[in-house]
Amino acid sequence: MSLLQVRNLRVEFPTRRGTLVALDDVSFDIAPGEVLGVVGESGAGKSMTGAAIIGLLEPPGRIAGGEILLEGRRIDNLPYERMRRIRGREIGAIFQDPLTTLNPLYTVGRQLVETMLTHLPIGPAEARERAIGWLEMVGIPAARERIDSYPHEFSGGMRQRVVIALALCAEPKLIVADEPTTALDVSIQAQVIALLKRLAREKGTAMMLVTHDMGVIAETADRVAVMYAGRIAEIGPVREVVKRANHPYSQGLMASIPPLDRRVERLAQIEGAMPRLSAIPKGCAYNPRCPRVFDRCRRERPDLMPAGATLAACWLYAPASGEGHAP
Amino acid sequence: MFAFIVSRLLQALPVMFTVSLISFAMFAYVGDPVVIMLGQDFTEAQRQQLIRDLGLDQPFFMQFATFLGNAVQGEFGLSYRLSRPVAELIAERAPATLELAFTAAFIALAVGVPMGVYTGLYRYSWLSRVFLTFSLIGVSLPTFLIGILLILTFSVWLGWLPSFGRGEVTRIGWWTTGFLTWSGIKALVLPAITLGLFQLTLIMRLVRSEMLEVLRTDYIKFARARGLSNRAVHFGHALKNTLVPVITIAGLQLGGIIAFAIVTETVFQWPGMGLLFIQSVGAADIPVMAAYLMLIALVFVTINLVVDLLYYAVDPRLRIGRGRGH
Ligand SMILES: Nc1ncnc2c1ncn2[C@@H]1O[C@H](COP(=O)(O)OP(=O)(O)OP(=O)(O)O)[C@@H](O)[C@H]1O
Ligand code: SF4
Ligand SMILES: [Mg+2]
Repeated sequence: MSLLQVRNLRVEFPTRRGTLVALDDVSFDIAPGEVLGVVGESGAGKSMTGAAIIGLLEPPGRIAGGEILLEGRRIDNLPYERMRRIRGREIGAIFQDPLTTLNPLYTVGRQLVETMLTHLPIGPAEARERAIGWLEMVGIPAARERIDSYPHEFSGGMRQRVVIALALCAEPKLIVADEPTTALDVSIQAQVIALLKRLAREKGTAMMLVTHDMGVIAETADRVAVMYAGRIAEIGPVREVVKRANHPYSQGLMASIPPLDRRVERLAQIEGAMPRLSAIPKGCAYNPRCPRVFDRCRRERPDLMPAGATLAACWLYAPASGEGHAP
Repeated sequence: MFAFIVSRLLQALPVMFTVSLISFAMFAYVGDPVVIMLGQDFTEAQRQQLIRDLGLDQPFFMQFATFLGNAVQGEFGLSYRLSRPVAELIAERAPATLELAFTAAFIALAVGVPMGVYTGLYRYSWLSRVFLTFSLIGVSLPTFLIGILLILTFSVWLGWLPSFGRGEVTRIGWWTTGFLTWSGIKALVLPAITLGLFQLTLIMRLVRSEMLEVLRTDYIKFARARGLSNRAVHFGHALKNTLVPVITIAGLQLGGIIAFAIVTETVFQWPGMGLLFIQSVGAADIPVMAAYLMLIALVFVTINLVVDLLYYAVDPRLRIGRGRGH
């Protein structure tokens, strides 16, 4: 059974000028131990999806429809206190900027110990020993001496390692990692990703990995979801999506990646811009930019449908009766 | 740590020097002390004698050096008005002002911080609205008006609390305290509230806005994402970060409380330094005014030092490397 199931998730932001739909009909699964890469232009809803899963959407944002299940139990409608016990313990999170994610006034050791004491049936002495173990595991040199250091005494890369230790220390089954290396120096991004990948594999932790770096996706993810304007445009096994993308948007996205031996940090833009949430076009949200747009795209919104070895939300793959013509 | 204190003290010197210069300038250029001290009738010989006694025939910088030398020893000469040593007058009045100021500061912190935390955490609750409305009143009403309204309510109408004076005080060495008698404590209530109210509302609003700011930071989101309890997130992580700026402001406020006790002391006829100062201004009693000015400067400098030390204790980022740059 899937570890995480997201079913028809819809997230809305009530504003003075009407309700914005930030996520619409988002569905995907993550199997135990699986790494799902999530890509898409800025504003596509990647972070929003992560926030909804860990139950920390920022008000007034709210889940307006659909459900999120963890090991078959619904978690999207739990009271705050019940969800709090799941956060950290069953679903961990890693944020983008390690310079701001750690509380500057407490030592890294204290923050680790506090997290473990919150979730695990162990005492302070045991927690401290484990904290040292975690710091060693994430590659902090001289962990035993460094445990009582404050965050500002570590470099950015080292801090992100501490954040990874914090996310993993209560041994969650799933990690939501939102652009965990974007804020880091290019030279250490690969190391941190490698660490994350190794630990996830060793601990059997599943991961939702949001990133702009297709190289990271290709190396790390098992499956990829491509998001566009609050929806999933395409989802499938990483090889398929990277090499043989079916959705015109994914194709454009992949075409803009240089060969794997020369990595870029940011995806090159496709011509045009993603629509604002308040002005998503009728029909397929991608239709104003799509090179293969046709009539139906402007009238009806496509849902995910089988397209080759992936699922794509594109009328090109409509079952035979439609106007589509397979590529 | 030691170097830090020393560097702070060295920074305080120019401040104190400037204030001394101003105080001295008052001596030298405001009013004619000779006339003030001798009154209406005097002979030319008496006048010359006094000028020599006061050292007024010396050049400016000599006079200033003498003044500084005396000031360092707490020696400010005789009050023109009361013909008693200024140092003695001030020492007599200091306990009243200090007890009032610290009580006011205590009230301001003990009530202002929790109210600020509450209104920051529960922004939309009705109680928060009540607090905020109340704080607007506290900020906008002038101190003397608050004092008069309190007197009117609690002394005149209800007759619960005295409207002036310190009540019965107990003598401990040269210090006199009102904390040990019931009437002393009762007498302290209204002036302390009057004096502390403005600071209270200021601290409340400051804590509230800092709290709102801190609650939006990534490390608070991450603390929540780690599943920490609300209690740990709010009081362990958010409040501590809020306190860093609050300490500075609260420290400066305490200095302000001592300095601006003048109004409250006047309204309540509180026998402290502020009242002494006002009476001295009325009588152009320059030595008292000069001494008071320098004392207040000293208080501000001391409080600044304490604030810096507290900063140092709360924020580990300052403890490493070069310390805090301005
Ligand atoms: N408080 C809010 N009110 C209204 N809309 C919001 C709010 N917060 C985010 N949004 C919108 O929700 C959409 C999804 O944002 P999200 O942060 O998930 O994008 P993202 O895919 O993570 O982008 P990035 O790559 O820049 O991180 C964006 O269009 C954003 O403008
Ligand atoms: S549905 Fe139409 S517009 Fe949308 S991606 Fe497919 S072809 Fe392009
Ligand atoms: Mg994002």
